[in-house]
Amino acid sequence: MSFFPQLPSAVATRQRRARLSPALRAYQYNLLAYKRTWRGSVTTTFLYPVLYLAAIGVGLGHLIDHGSNQAVGGVRYLWFLAPGLLAGTAMQIATNESTFPVMAGIKWLKTYLAMLAAPLEVTDVLYGHLAWILTRVALASGVFLAVMAAFHTVPSGWAVLAFPAAVLTGAAFAAPVMAFSATRETDQSFVVLYRFGIVPLFLFSGTFFPVAQLPGWLQVVARCTPLYQGVTLCRGLVLGHLGGWDALGHAGYLLAMLVGGVLAARVTYRRRLVQ
Amino acid sequence: MSQRPRGPSDSFRHGPLAVSTSDEGAGDSAGTAVQAQGLTKRFGEFTAVDAVDFDIEVGEAFGFLGANGAGKTSTMRMIACLSPISGGTLQVLGLDPMRDGPQIRSRIGLVPQDDTLDLELTVRDNLYLYGRYFGLPRKQLRERVEELLEFARLTERADQRVDPLSGGMRRRLTIARALVSSPSLVILDEPTTGLDPQARHLLWDRLYRLKREGVTLVITTHYMDEAEQLCDRLVVMDAGRIAAAGSPSELIEQWSTREVVELRFEPEGHQVHGERLADLAERVEVLPDRLLLYTDQGDATLDAVRSRGASPIAALVRRATLEDVFLHLTGRSLVD
Ligand SMILES: Nc1ncnc2c1ncn2[C@@H]1O[C@H](COP(=O)(O)OP(=O)(O)O)[C@@H](O)[C@H]1O
Ligand SMILES: [Mg+2]
Repeated sequence: MSFFPQLPSAVATRQRRARLSPALRAYQYNLLAYKRTWRGSVTTTFLYPVLYLAAIGVGLGHLIDHGSNQAVGGVRYLWFLAPGLLAGTAMQIATNESTFPVMAGIKWLKTYLAMLAAPLEVTDVLYGHLAWILTRVALASGVFLAVMAAFHTVPSGWAVLAFPAAVLTGAAFAAPVMAFSATRETDQSFVVLYRFGIVPLFLFSGTFFPVAQLPGWLQVVARCTPLYQGVTLCRGLVLGHLGGWDALGHAGYLLAMLVGGVLAARVTYRRRLVQ
Repeated sequence: MSQRPRGPSDSFRHGPLAVSTSDEGAGDSAGTAVQAQGLTKRFGEFTAVDAVDFDIEVGEAFGFLGANGAGKTSTMRMIACLSPISGGTLQVLGLDPMRDGPQIRSRIGLVPQDDTLDLELTVRDNLYLYGRYFGLPRKQLRERVEELLEFARLTERADQRVDPLSGGMRRRLTIARALVSSPSLVILDEPTTGLDPQARHLLWDRLYRLKREGVTLVITTHYMDEAEQLCDRLVVMDAGRIAAAGSPSELIEQWSTREVVELRFEPEGHQVHGERLADLAERVEVLPDRLLLYTDQGDATLDAVRSRGASPIAALVRRATLEDVFLHLTGRSLVD
């Protein structure tokens, strides 16, 4: 028996190749790998949003709504909180997926290196992974919005647009964090990123309370953070009280982070992977 | 099916995947798979590969023998279009790695020094997903995967995760994976390092088989027996340069005597004995743990040693190997 009895015809292969762009092949790896290992991430994607909304939104909201809810814009606290959490969750999932898995791609599992030994290019690896991260964010955001609807916290029809807004929020974090992760030697830096970046952002960007509650100068800082844009955008769309120009401003900010992050990641990925 | 050339080697040479450089060597139908002239790799100030020249013919098994840090991996990575060259010229399958990287990589298989398997996935999925990187159609790929599982003797493990597999099995899987796109050129960077002898022999057997199929093999190793067993031709690399090139037997003939007498004395005695016995052999190497006398008549030399009254703790006569060539060329052992 010969070892290459069914050598694929190169011509046929080439035709097929043209159909599936290389970046899509990198994406497909993540998709198939996820299909095999998705159980591990069920809690973060599906369970946490419910728990958060139930514990903080319903429980704490009950107390707040019995006092004065003027501080949160005169709406029920749960209505206020839910879109903030939506944006915050998008950020967290995007960051989770752009730190350790990038390190795994480079060092631990070396999946990036395997792709590069096949006919994929650095940009294919980058775009494929980014697209996959956004899929994860979209999945989680979709679930979150569905849970919000189940909790009756989606008063406005504009809320449909909160879905792309949440994904955009995730993208605004994913790209620059990927660029950063590709420069790291150990996962130690990720702990620092979380401690001094992601966690403070999550707490103080208007997610849980309006930034107007902060002391003066911190208010300014908070309004300049990326998560604030995402939170404000999502909340404005869900509650239907956002001006068009404001929306564009926030979206533009996030889009700029995405584009800047991609450009940076193209550089750091190349520097790290092509030596 | 019946119209296909019988041997896959034919389909490599004349089929659509064939190497297209045969116009260079007129009358030489096989052609050159890899051609390097003055090939150089620098990392900042440091020169890892220093202006090396070599030609690898289609269908041969070509070796790079050298100690750690000699520049083997750097060379392999340049051939595999993973690492831009810093100087000289390089052609792979008649194409330019700097320009045609993806095209070349779609036609070669790489077994990197460090495995890049996904430990969390099954053996089969590793093969399948890698095949998808090449854009292979699903159905064809699924058949190919089963063949490769057979080839790598991993069919029984197909649905197990890679994580608990032994080093030898992982290496076989990596080799199988490199073959998923039916490449005509396979680059193996230290395919058997760290494996026990049994696992190594099984791997060698698989590589012989590939060679018989007409696949061009490029192998790096720091095991001289591996180089001798597998390689038609090889280069000895040392500190980024090529110290010698040829077939294993040519190299031994050129750089060593036919036989070697190995003598073991009390460790302090090696230097002294070395000087005393120097005239009995063409050349003497004093190693920390033994003395090597290079001679064409091993038994006669050993007799002469004994008749001088020298009484080694242990003595043996053996044929010269590539290890001796390496020692002579570089003054160092291959594996320390
Ligand atoms: N990415 C890199 N940056 C800097 N130096 C490197 C890099 N890769 C390899 N080297 C150096 O180049 C030399 C040759 O390495 P390598 O090609 O891996 O040798 P071998 O495979 O023969 O052991 C070594 O001294 C190594 O430290
Ligand atoms: Mg090496």
